[in-house]
Amino acid sequence: MRNYEVTYIVDPVLSDGELKGISTTYQDLIKSGDSKIVHVDKMGLKQLAYPIKKRTTGVYECIEFTTPNGAIIDQLELALRRDERIMRFLTVSLDKFGVKYNEDKRNGLIGKKRTEEESKKEAPKAAAPAPAKAAPAPVEKAEAKAEEE
Amino acid sequence: MASRDDIKFLSNPNIGKERKKYCRFKKYGIKHIDYKDPDFLLQFINPQGKILPRRITGNSLKYQRKMSTAIKRARHLALLPFVTDQLK
Repeated sequence: MRNYEVTYIVDPVLSDGELKGISTTYQDLIKSGDSKIVHVDKMGLKQLAYPIKKRTTGVYECIEFTTPNGAIIDQLELALRRDERIMRFLTVSLDKFGVKYNEDKRNGLIGKKRTEEESKKEAPKAAAPAPAKAAPAPVEKAEAKAEEE
Repeated sequence: MASRDDIKFLSNPNIGKERKKYCRFKKYGIKHIDYKDPDFLLQFINPQGKILPRRITGNSLKYQRKMSTAIKRARHLALLPFVTDQLK
């Protein structure tokens, strides 16, 4: 099984119904080839960094899927290329780290990953209470010894 | 009281010393660079939108390559500009 991810930009002038239609069309296309959709990330309306086809905004959507072989990719890309409502698309194969990254992102762990420097700073604070808990233990042991004596 | 022998330097020798650069991907164990996250990639481009060299970012070759691929993908998807001015 291979993991892929296709991101595309849809023309923003379309209605919500049409946007959903496009989304389901490509999901069905992917599903038809014995593939499984892992996740659909609707990134929504975004400002483009540069105009494409005289549009300054676009609706982003990302579909992550697994497929036994790459056969579906050609069909998918051809369909995307023929579709005039699609402004841009990008298909990327994911390695194991990419799959893990997307999984973590869905579980909300990536926000932490991005600010890992901050979490490292917080780590000593979190570590500080731990020795405090550990400290009473030797006292108890000492008492136990005293009782034994 | 500090005696004469304790005072070794008149000024702090660490001031003005160049800090050692490091690869943040290796240091923090970041294995995958997401091309859909332009805010993160913004750290590796200059105000004109050009990719900064390893000389400046301090990335290891492996992650510099991955990072530059991610930036190029982001540019294709119009998440980052190809050329601009005053990006930051």
